[in-house]
Amino acid sequence: MRLAHHLAVASDLIRGDCVEANEFPDLAQRYSVMAVPKTVVNDRIAFEGALPEAQFVDQVLRAADGNGGPA
Amino acid sequence: MAILTARDEAAVRGELAKLAGPVKLVVFSARLGSETCAETEQLVREVAECSDQVSVELLNLHIDRDRALGYGVERVPAIVVEGARDYGIRFFGMPAGYEFTNLIDAMIVASAGVPQLGAATLERLTTLTTPLHIQVFATPT
Repeated sequence: MRLAHHLAVASDLIRGDCVEANEFPDLAQRYSVMAVPKTVVNDRIAFEGALPEAQFVDQVLRAADGNGGPA
Repeated sequence: MAILTARDEAAVRGELAKLAGPVKLVVFSARLGSETCAETEQLVREVAECSDQVSVELLNLHIDRDRALGYGVERVPAIVVEGARDYGIRFFGMPAGYEFTNLIDAMIVASAGVPQLGAATLERLTTLTTPLHIQVFATPT
């Protein structure tokens, strides 16, 4: 969560949303949120767990690389 | 009845002393369809009372449609955390529990406009050309 917001400040191209899963069950269902934190990037990349900065950035940038499958 | 206890308020005051500049919390709500909108508005007001640097703007998703569109807000409650400009920091749902800590952290980073990230991360971001929308799902803990 914290990383998403700091990345948003770092780049004009990044927006970071914190979503309370229980309040938006439609979104939780759409993105198959079974465990938290779960991160979804551009509806294409998804990963679970709180990752260290370098790994988090690796995953997030996969959405920009076009290497990921559907979230 | 206040959401923040006296102890919470003291802690928030202490954290918000770190604000490097003004912060605006833009709150979108709707009286119908969301049980937590009123609570979120109250929480944000109580946070704002802890620092002169913090201002609050309350908007309605259905009435202030152009503003909602501009911020990319489609559901409520939503909080936009702005510093000198809108950096793209959003909270959807009431930021309770651990997310409250993240709200305070987001306010501090937005106030300065300087992210606390490693040099390697900042270097990697310079090559970014694609807009990225990061959604992090959490639950109150």
